[in-house]
This record gives sequence, C-alpha cells and structure tokens, in this order.
Amino acid sequence: MSRRPYNRPMSKTTWYMRNSRYKVYVMRELTSFLVAFYSFLTIFALAALAADSAEVWNGFLASQKSTAMVVFHGLALLYFLFYQTFPWFKLAPKAMPIYLGEKKLPDSYIIIGHYVAWVVVSAIIFWLTGVI
Amino acid sequence: MAIAKKSVIWTLFAAGGTLTAFVFPALIALFLLIAMGNVPDGLQFEQFHTFAASWLGKVCLFGVLFLSLWHAAHRLRVVAHDFGIRKDALVANVVYTVAAIGSVLAAFYLIGIG
Repeated sequence: MSRRPYNRPMSKTTWYMRNSRYKVYVMRELTSFLVAFYSFLTIFALAALAADSAEVWNGFLASQKSTAMVVFHGLALLYFLFYQTFPWFKLAPKAMPIYLGEKKLPDSYIIIGHYVAWVVVSAIIFWLTGVI
Repeated sequence: MAIAKKSVIWTLFAAGGTLTAFVFPALIALFLLIAMGNVPDGLQFEQFHTFAASWLGKVCLFGVLFLSLWHAAHRLRVVAHDFGIRKDALVANVVYTVAAIGSVLAAFYLIGIG
C-alpha cells in the first residue's frame, strides 16, 4: 500500500500573509534594512568628515537636505520605533529574566527599566550633538 | 568549534540588537534634523570633527557601526530565507562580506580623522 504524504501547499515567498503574527514578524525583520541603510549613511558621513575640510562636510550636510528625505526619515523613525525599539524592549524580560534569589523580577520592571535607559541614552546623544 | 562560532555570532547579534534599539531612533532623528536644514551645533564641522578625532568618539562611533552592521547582516540573512531565497551559503557570504567591508571602511575613515 503506497501512501502519498499530504504536502500542505505553502508559498516560499508569501507564507507570512496567512497569519497576522507572521506578518508582524516579517514587518519587524524588515527593520534590518533600516539598520543597514543608516549604518552606511553614517559611514558615508564619516567619509565626508575624514576629508578634514569644513567645505566638504558642509557639502555633505547640504546634500542631505531635502523634503523627500524629511518624509523618509520621519517614516523610518516611526517604523523603527514601533517595529524594532519597542518590540525589543518588550521581549527583553524573556531574553534575560532576572532572578533575585528564588524570586523572579517582574517583567514590567525590566521593560520600564529599558524605557528609562532609552530616554537617558537618547538624552546623552542629543546633549552631545547639541540638540538639547 | 561550531558551538563557539555560533555563540560569537549570537553575541554580536544580540549586542547589536540592543544597541540599535537604544541608539538608532536618536540617529535617525539627527538625520531628520539635517534633512530639515536644522543642523545642531554638535554636528557643525568644528565640533563634530573634534568629537570624531577624540579616542572616545572614535570608539563610540566604531562600536555602534560595527555591531549594527553585524546585527543587520545576520538578520538580512534570515530575511532572505523568509522571502524564498534558499541559497544560504551564498547569502551568508554576501551579507557578512558587506558588513566586514562597512566595518573596515568605518575604521579607515575614523583613523583618518585627527
């Protein structure tokens, strides 16, 4: 007796569209493109800075000024916050649970701690760059 | 050896994920300010050059870029698989090579600022 195993039809390229959890997963993983993009944009900025000339640096700053880039950066910032930063904080207590003796530190403490640390880190960056 | 290699990649990935989650919103906001033409004082040539010329500045900038690049490379490798690209060895070579090139470029430019 031969049996043909049932192969559930599944697309290799659009499988995540079946389920909202999978969609969120794919949306989250797409932030890795933003990480790569902004890393290389920063390296590009360092290349301009390495020319040791105010003129070259100001040229780079001027080249980055555009309405299209304002929209892009604005959307990228929102996307990054909601699909990378906040989910990362949310899973932090699962990735590194903290035990005090026998007792587990409540998840909310770890999550709130991350938000506080994030505000502090951002404030330091904005202070160093003279934004605040 | 396999376990050791994996743990190195995993550590870089996790450190990069935490770092990008904390630092990138501010980084994107800075590029947003530049795009709006409101360049903050700390990013004017004299000040930013002084920061990048200092050892602390170099270490911070290189650390952020290096870990972010490896984090992105590791995740893009998985993203390629998720979107149906099943040539993992090739994809891994490409993404890790690009991350390595980016890291070397970052170090090269940072050493040149001084």
